[in-house]
Amino acid sequence: MPFIEVTAVSKSFAGSAGTRHVLRDVSLGVEHGEFVSIVGAMGSGKSTLLSLLAGLTSPDAGRIVIGGEPVRGIRKDGAFVFQNYSLLPWFTALENVRLAVEAAFPDLSRQAQRARAVETLERVGLGSALNRRPRQLSGGMRQRVSIARAFATRPEVLFLDEPFGALDALTRETLQQELARLCTDGERPVTTVMITNNVEEAILLSDRIIPMIPGPLDFAQGALTLRQAQGHPEHRRGVSPADRAPATLGTPIPVELSRPRTVAQLAHDEQATHARGHVIAALTAALGRKRVSTSSGAVPSAVLQPATEETR
Amino acid sequence: MSKRILHSVLPLCGIALAVLAWWAASRLVPDLPSPARTWEESKLYILEPLSKRGETDQGILLLAYYSLMRVARGFLLGIAMATPIGFLLGVSPTLTRMFDPIMQVLRPISPLAWLPLGLVLFQKSEPAALFAIAVCSMWPTVINTMMGVRAIPQDYWNVAKVLRLSTFTTFTKIIVPATLPYIFTGYRLSLGIAWLVIVASEMLTGTPGVGGFLWQEYNSLVYAHILLAIITIGVVGFALDRLMGIAEAKLRAV
Repeated sequence: MPFIEVTAVSKSFAGSAGTRHVLRDVSLGVEHGEFVSIVGAMGSGKSTLLSLLAGLTSPDAGRIVIGGEPVRGIRKDGAFVFQNYSLLPWFTALENVRLAVEAAFPDLSRQAQRARAVETLERVGLGSALNRRPRQLSGGMRQRVSIARAFATRPEVLFLDEPFGALDALTRETLQQELARLCTDGERPVTTVMITNNVEEAILLSDRIIPMIPGPLDFAQGALTLRQAQGHPEHRRGVSPADRAPATLGTPIPVELSRPRTVAQLAHDEQATHARGHVIAALTAALGRKRVSTSSGAVPSAVLQPATEETR
Repeated sequence: MSKRILHSVLPLCGIALAVLAWWAASRLVPDLPSPARTWEESKLYILEPLSKRGETDQGILLLAYYSLMRVARGFLLGIAMATPIGFLLGVSPTLTRMFDPIMQVLRPISPLAWLPLGLVLFQKSEPAALFAIAVCSMWPTVINTMMGVRAIPQDYWNVAKVLRLSTFTTFTKIIVPATLPYIFTGYRLSLGIAWLVIVASEMLTGTPGVGGFLWQEYNSLVYAHILLAIITIGVVGFALDRLMGIAEAKLRAV
């Protein structure tokens, strides 16, 4: 039985445009110590899935089990890295990390808590910036603090929400390497689920890549026809987000590359090329299906554009 | 450079014009003392600002000091009530819906209306004055604190959730620091109102202070001293606002 087991999970949100079904019948398994990336375009429901796994929200239907226990709320041994760093601006780097350590290990002495925070910040190369506030740090350094905050609690499971999405290409690469090192570094491997829209990043870091395929508009057309049949006037106004079918997960694509991996190596490696081809094929297949209904000729690239732009 | 000189000269020109208008008005209204007469009759109070000749016949700084002390006590009482109320309303939409109508009704009530109620409740003028100051000055703090809590970005709540912070830690480490700039703006506005209320409450209760002095001099027909008191109230109020403004700017810079 996998460490993280998601069975037939559905989630929808009520909005002004009607109920939007974001996920329907999603199932997924992540082995202990595995690094899995969920790759998809923006707005495809990746973040929703990650929030469900992390216990930030709860599913409408289905079961999520981590380490043999059903997920109810935030896990004690879980950690989360947000795309926008989410550091507290009134605290220094050290204080931000200490806050996490204090909450995770209330029984440790204050000195031990501090030592653990300092040590983790040193591991991400911020030993000399302990007393700087987020405002005084670059984007890359802020995300380092954020990563340190996650690792300082010695998590069993790590959830990464587009962790490098806001960084420039060079900083991105350095931080990806550091994250890879941190994930494999410890005495026990951390089970990690990352969501990203960057296929290269997924190949660099993951053991397996799961494409997230946005709901096709073929379904929406069906929905519109149904409305037409019911005498709804809305069908003339075009497609609203509520008309989009819920996202589904594609077949997982294994990345069988030895570690450590480098970006340079990935560019030419046969395995990487193979994985890349599979991921892009899985994602474009979905876009292709949409093209049938929208007749937009958008060509998908390795970094995917927001799905909404292509459907409009 | 010339612009800087101009900027420091222009306010002086404004003051000069205002004094001129005052002088012109004093020519038209015989009872209104001219600037020169006001100075002549007030200089004792200004040049010996700390001398105490009688219960209400005191130097202007001493009078201002009494008023300030009263304002400080009333203001502290007001914000001590207002800040927790603001936090509660900010955190709980239910409480807001419950108490918002009451707040909207209480807010526009004049200090002159609260004071007699204070006298009925406390029987003495001093606590009645504090009561009126506190009740009138608390609203900006209540509303700003509430708005501040509501304006906390979802990111910070997510941090609290993900780090599994206790309610207490969330309050001290996230809600309070995130709301602090709003709270301080509330304090500044509250202090302004407290200073407005002081005059009314001193006039009605006859306690020594700038407002009490103003009322007593009106009754003894020394009109120049009314103008002295008015100018003092204005200058002190301005200074208070500036001080709070500086403190606020310091706080925001952190």
